[in-house]
Amino acid sequence: MTYHGQVLSRGAEALIVLTVFNGLKAVVKLRIPKGYRDKELDTILRSKRTITEAKILTQAKELGVPVPSVLFTDPQNGVLVIEYIDGKLLKNLLNAVSLDKACSLMQKVGKYVGLMHKNGIIHGDLTTSNMVTVGDEVYIIDFGLSSFSKELESMGVDIHLFLRALESTHYGRHRELFKCFLKGYALVIGQKTYKDVLEKVREIRLRGRYIEERKKRPL
Amino acid sequence: MIVLGIESTAHTIGIGVVTDKEPYILSDSRRVYVPPKGGIHPRESSRFMSEVVSDVIKESLNQAGINIEEVDAIAVALGPGLGPCLRVGATVARALAIYYSKPLVPVNHAVAHIEIGKLVSGAEDPLVVYLSGGNTMITALLGGRYRVFGETLDIPLGNFQDTLVRELGLAPPYVVNGIHQIDRCAEGGKFIELPYVVKGQDVTFSGLLTEALRLYRKGRARLQDICYSAREIAYSAIVEVSERGLAHTGKDEVLLVGGVAASKTLRKKFEVMVSERGAKLYVTPPEYSVDNGVMIAWTGLLLFKHGITIEPEKAIIKQRWRIDRVDIPWAST
Repeated sequence: MTYHGQVLSRGAEALIVLTVFNGLKAVVKLRIPKGYRDKELDTILRSKRTITEAKILTQAKELGVPVPSVLFTDPQNGVLVIEYIDGKLLKNLLNAVSLDKACSLMQKVGKYVGLMHKNGIIHGDLTTSNMVTVGDEVYIIDFGLSSFSKELESMGVDIHLFLRALESTHYGRHRELFKCFLKGYALVIGQKTYKDVLEKVREIRLRGRYIEERKKRPL
Repeated sequence: MIVLGIESTAHTIGIGVVTDKEPYILSDSRRVYVPPKGGIHPRESSRFMSEVVSDVIKESLNQAGINIEEVDAIAVALGPGLGPCLRVGATVARALAIYYSKPLVPVNHAVAHIEIGKLVSGAEDPLVVYLSGGNTMITALLGGRYRVFGETLDIPLGNFQDTLVRELGLAPPYVVNGIHQIDRCAEGGKFIELPYVVKGQDVTFSGLLTEALRLYRKGRARLQDICYSAREIAYSAIVEVSERGLAHTGKDEVLLVGGVAASKTLRKKFEVMVSERGAKLYVTPPEYSVDNGVMIAWTGLLLFKHGITIEPEKAIIKQRWRIDRVDIPWAST
């Protein structure tokens, strides 16, 4: 099968091609073979990730999280066809709008992540490059590294990665943005789990290399 | 301007002298502590350093053909690293600075690896992949600091492969004739499934290590297959998160720094990845990708030019000094 259309982006993992599928504006996510890795490893990773992504997108959709609809899959060839979301990357928008507006968007993101976590879906790559705004709505995209898990550890890592992404991409505003995100997150996941996850995030952070707070005794 | 730099963060006591004009590097002396068995014992390494440090300083000054009076500043790596080892460098640096009345410049070891890599490779604004025994991170200059875009959530890559070959009974020594034992062991190996874990832009190797050793101890897989697959998975994960870093930051240069950057297998993988992406790969030559004093001197010179110095009484070592806590005054973005 070949797909004709405009290459939207060359992500790290997949080629994103804009196309028309059964009359719908669609995106082909093509996990192209990576020449740098062993052929067998390459095949395993591409097909496994394609299957997981399709499953999780479908489930997230059922939960009411705005995600692209799945239109077609071909795991052996690493092909996933999904609905095209026509909007603006949250990454670019967040630094351009007022803090109030940014905050309400982040709160929405927090709500959706909370909804996913509550139902055992871990996105695995939460960054503002993987969020698209359409009007006041925020779509979560790129579930390429997602997995099913209800463990605190997985939720913690998911949140930790998002915090880190905010720090590196939206430094200066990241504290406020993270707070707004957590507000929405707590609302959906409930106070008890919220506290447990935050504690986990702290713990994960302390596992990192050269963290000042990890220092137990004076040097 | 001439700056003398002191490196002593782990196993290498290195003294380098640099200047701000070509040929930049005036001298480079070092001694490396090689443990008789096991890994680096910080106390043994620091004892070795304090025994040889004065010889290394003399040698470096002689090589540069200068007298210490001609030095404009003393630069020292205050962290991150092993406490006892860092203290040797810091003590010597403070003593030199006070005795000869020279300004003292605090240098972050990780920043130094990157800056020397940029100097000798010619990379201008790269995504930096810093891989060594103690570090594994993907970083790039953004907003006046090296921001961390990905890193290991547990053990560093160098530590992973050293521990693997040691537990497999193949090391020390870890590197023979410039080839790491994991590469020798992996020859003729076939791929077997082991845990491949990438979390966003981060990697973890502890599960991979545990599973690889479990298979070996239970006799469930051939040694060469374990080495090949463990290496394949660890390196692929690093290349994958690096590619993510490129996509995320929009940079078109990759710079490999740190001791593990010397690996030919890893470099080949990176070459394939950047050529598939239309980016450019820069690799720090092996002599400067391992720990050395020149990188501390060079980074010290850059800092000193921007007026950064520290009072000797405040020059306390920082074992945990994250790269993203250091302001980079020469950053253009």
